[in-house]
Amino acid sequence: MQVSYYPGCTLKTNAKNFETSALAVLERLGVTARELEDWYCCGVCFSQASDNLMQQIAPIRTLVKAKESGNRQLLALCTMCFNTLKRSIEFIKADKDRLETIQEFMDREATRFYGDEVDVVDILSLIKQIGLDKLKDAIVKNGKDLKIASYYGCMLLRPKEIAIDSPDDPSIMEEIITASGCENVYFPFRTECCGSYQIVNEPDIVKTRAKKIIGSAVKNGADLMVMLCPLCYYNLDEMQLEIQKEDNTFQTIPVLYITQLLALLMELDLDIHDFSLHSVDPRPVLKRKGLL
Amino acid sequence: MTKNRAISSRKIESEALEQLEDISGVNVYACYQCGNCSSACPAVEFMDILPHQVIRKVQLGFIDELIESETPWICAACITCTVKCPRGVDIAKVMEGLRQIVLRRDFEHINIREIDKKLRKKLPQIALIGNFRKTIL
Repeated sequence: MQVSYYPGCTLKTNAKNFETSALAVLERLGVTARELEDWYCCGVCFSQASDNLMQQIAPIRTLVKAKESGNRQLLALCTMCFNTLKRSIEFIKADKDRLETIQEFMDREATRFYGDEVDVVDILSLIKQIGLDKLKDAIVKNGKDLKIASYYGCMLLRPKEIAIDSPDDPSIMEEIITASGCENVYFPFRTECCGSYQIVNEPDIVKTRAKKIIGSAVKNGADLMVMLCPLCYYNLDEMQLEIQKEDNTFQTIPVLYITQLLALLMELDLDIHDFSLHSVDPRPVLKRKGLL
Repeated sequence: MTKNRAISSRKIESEALEQLEDISGVNVYACYQCGNCSSACPAVEFMDILPHQVIRKVQLGFIDELIESETPWICAACITCTVKCPRGVDIAKVMEGLRQIVLRRDFEHINIREIDKKLRKKLPQIALIGNFRKTIL
């Protein structure tokens, strides 16, 4: 099976461990994710203004490249990219005039994109599509002592038009965790916003959110938290050290991309992880639980 | 004045209100003030005007008050409010509309040069670009 792959900016820098672990896991599951030959920044945050077509150009250009790649499915690992690409498709499909204006503007593109030719897919849905049985077969290590808190964040679930699962009560991550042999920990903040880009100029919002989200997962007995969004990852990982400076009773918990956990359970090459990218070092917990 | 707008005896005529409707494309008059949005919003403790109050003020045409408010800049577009609304009011789009009205007038809400250099180097690109998309025109 082959899909096209759109990395986006952060997967090549801060979230390099997400890219390497995801591609390795997919390879083990028999999927080749071919990076697009040419791609552009998606713009990160989808413009919700109905009259702003300029901000749709970049994601549509990338979708043109995806169409040219010949693969129906375009894998977006970063959830911000997933959200923006998918909503751009909805945006042009909802109004023919918008589509025409954008197409006229993009007169140098050899290919025209109409909205239905490419399916933007996230890695959770892709794993489910490959089959949870196949995932089970690829797992080597026993993870039954591992209690995992799956954190969804916003971008995979909202708005509901592009949601990969129920926006209120999703279960896809928990299904994957169950198939991988680990135990799920449910916590009430698993679909709540981490504060997102407010980390730039309103870090107190992110700190408050991180304290609630992490605190709730710890309270419910989680050993690790897994997620997909590189921005949630940065916010929840980085902020824990800040919170601990102010509150020494605050208990930290390692944060991993879900693909890192799967790669560890599959016993894939450890070099794909680069644990130096973590603020809260996951190695002590992973060693204690027999994954390292 | 449309029939729906008869909620106020005050004639609502505001250029900013029209602009907000154009940008957001949202019918705020569907809101019946149940408060679901405000109870679900994860950033509500940082807001000076709560999401359901924002919608009420839009209904009444008090856009200038909202433009002065911190609330649209606290909103991180997580869209929880919109998902929770039983009346299908896209509150997140109204917040975007309010940000856009200010930005189309003033061009920027934050000064990039004021971001700490060390932080700028450390932050993932999606944090910076995401932020600039919402705070700079």
